[in-house]
Amino acid sequence: MDKNRVTPERRKERLDRGIKVRTEGIYAIASWEEISYLVLPRLLLIVGLLLLPLLMPSLYWKRVISIVSIYALLALGFDFLAHFVGLVSLGGAFFVGTGGYIAAILNKAFGLSPTFTIPMATLAGAAICTLLLLPALPLRGVYFAIVTLMYPLVLARIIEALNILGGTDGILGVAGFPSRWIEQYLILLIIILALFGLRRLVNEDIGLVFRGVKDNDQAVRASGLSITFYKAIAVFIASGLGSLGGAYLSHIYMWSGISQFALDFSIIPIAATVIGGGGTLVGPLLGCFILVPVSELLRAFGTLRIVFYSLILMLFIMFRSEGIMVYAQRKYHQFERWVKV
Amino acid sequence: MSQEPILQVNKVCKSFGGVQALSNVSFEVSQGEVFGIIGPNGSGKTTLINCITGFIRMDSGRVLYRGREITNKPPNRIANLGVTRTFQIMRPYYSLPAYKNLIIPLFSPRARQSGGWRGGGKLGDRATVSIDILEEIGFERDSFVPYKLASSLPTGYLKRLELARCLALRPDIILCDEVFSGLSMSEIASMVPLIEKLQMDGITLVMIEHRLRELFRVANRVMVLNFGEKLTEGVPEEVMQDEKVKEAYLGSEKLLDYMFEA
Repeated sequence: MDKNRVTPERRKERLDRGIKVRTEGIYAIASWEEISYLVLPRLLLIVGLLLLPLLMPSLYWKRVISIVSIYALLALGFDFLAHFVGLVSLGGAFFVGTGGYIAAILNKAFGLSPTFTIPMATLAGAAICTLLLLPALPLRGVYFAIVTLMYPLVLARIIEALNILGGTDGILGVAGFPSRWIEQYLILLIIILALFGLRRLVNEDIGLVFRGVKDNDQAVRASGLSITFYKAIAVFIASGLGSLGGAYLSHIYMWSGISQFALDFSIIPIAATVIGGGGTLVGPLLGCFILVPVSELLRAFGTLRIVFYSLILMLFIMFRSEGIMVYAQRKYHQFERWVKV
Repeated sequence: MSQEPILQVNKVCKSFGGVQALSNVSFEVSQGEVFGIIGPNGSGKTTLINCITGFIRMDSGRVLYRGREITNKPPNRIANLGVTRTFQIMRPYYSLPAYKNLIIPLFSPRARQSGGWRGGGKLGDRATVSIDILEEIGFERDSFVPYKLASSLPTGYLKRLELARCLALRPDIILCDEVFSGLSMSEIASMVPLIEKLQMDGITLVMIEHRLRELFRVANRVMVLNFGEKLTEGVPEEVMQDEKVKEAYLGSEKLLDYMFEA
């Protein structure tokens, strides 16, 4: 008889592990076993990420790691805005472009090193993006998404048409990182910090306010909180992550140009969120580490690459639409057993 | 009960396109009073609450709270002054447990400033405070109910959660939009003492209600709206004897008697 068949005599029972129930909000840990149950997955992720640069076979693949990390920052921002604040943002390209140009300008015009340009571009980029998106904040759902999509298109065309900021050539000769190791490990540390920082944030009281804005914004207003203010904070955080990625990108390629406003930066994070599992934060990050390398591997197929790529995405959406991490977390926190009916 | 009006509504008008939802509605509510607003469906009761609390802009008119202008201020500013409201169609945060629902209003500037629920000290643990409020409003502390997701709570608890959200702001006024509607008789029976207790605590209540019998048990004064206009105002017994009210509000005296007795 098939081992996994449900018969009239027996069925599968799925139970949440006690530790999961007890650790939601209350941190009660009783044994080493339980500590490792909670810590191991996190440790695995951190160690895995930090080992990546050592495992990559070639310089080409090491570069891919840095690019993936930038997408991961965008995906974290997207997931945070979409699943914890209720703002669907297609603004990845907007954030990256703004941050990238600011870093390049600071470096070329003022001769500042990446140590200064990256934090400054992060903050200035976040401030500019938030300011420009401020009028769109009362909008919800697809309307907000459209506005965030328009900005990168408009800015790229303005730079092209007015031939400012280097025009179509972009800003050349931006300073690079002192070494490959710094380039890779810095961004990996940044995404680990961003991931755990955001997870902490959404579980704080202010995170509940964000979720309130998503669930029911009128009730938040009736609770004496300004929804525009909290949406602005959330957009500031997400666009800060994107601008950080953009600034990093400028220094990696030692160049900043209108291709930083390319829609890849808006779309790939969303695909990664779908693959990885929205609302988990870690899922979109892993989604990037799957999607982008797969797309690189598929280069062997030449022109058919995009066909295979789309096929993978489609199959995924049809058969595992919840995403890897939602599935994995559920399985991890449950145990199954057969019970007699 | 002092006679100082805490809320003055002066000639509020609001039209939606060609429909005059409110025309020149004025009333005053005294400190500590329970003020009922009744009227047939579509008479503008909810629109009036929406106007007072800033959820929709009124076309003309003024609203004063303790003599202070709050006309067309943003809803969050009005709530922070202590003028809070419940929604007729409950608006909890369905994906959050009941007690986490209250952490959001406890995060507001007003709740933070007033520091803690009943008594001083700083608002340290919002979760503890929110459980206290829930207990006060009728969620059994030692049960699972405060920890249940709002999406799994029955209507009776959701109506209480609406009130609890107001209480978390330590309000001076609560404008209740049909807190009795959709409840069973026994749920209403347990809700009435709650309303009385809120009044004892010094909270002024403005209540929209269709359940007249229960409303008249708690209300000090009642105002009748019909097609956006104020028909009359007074103590419940007087209002119900008014010929205009009988005619306009209920159509026939028989029906009125029925509703009053029911």
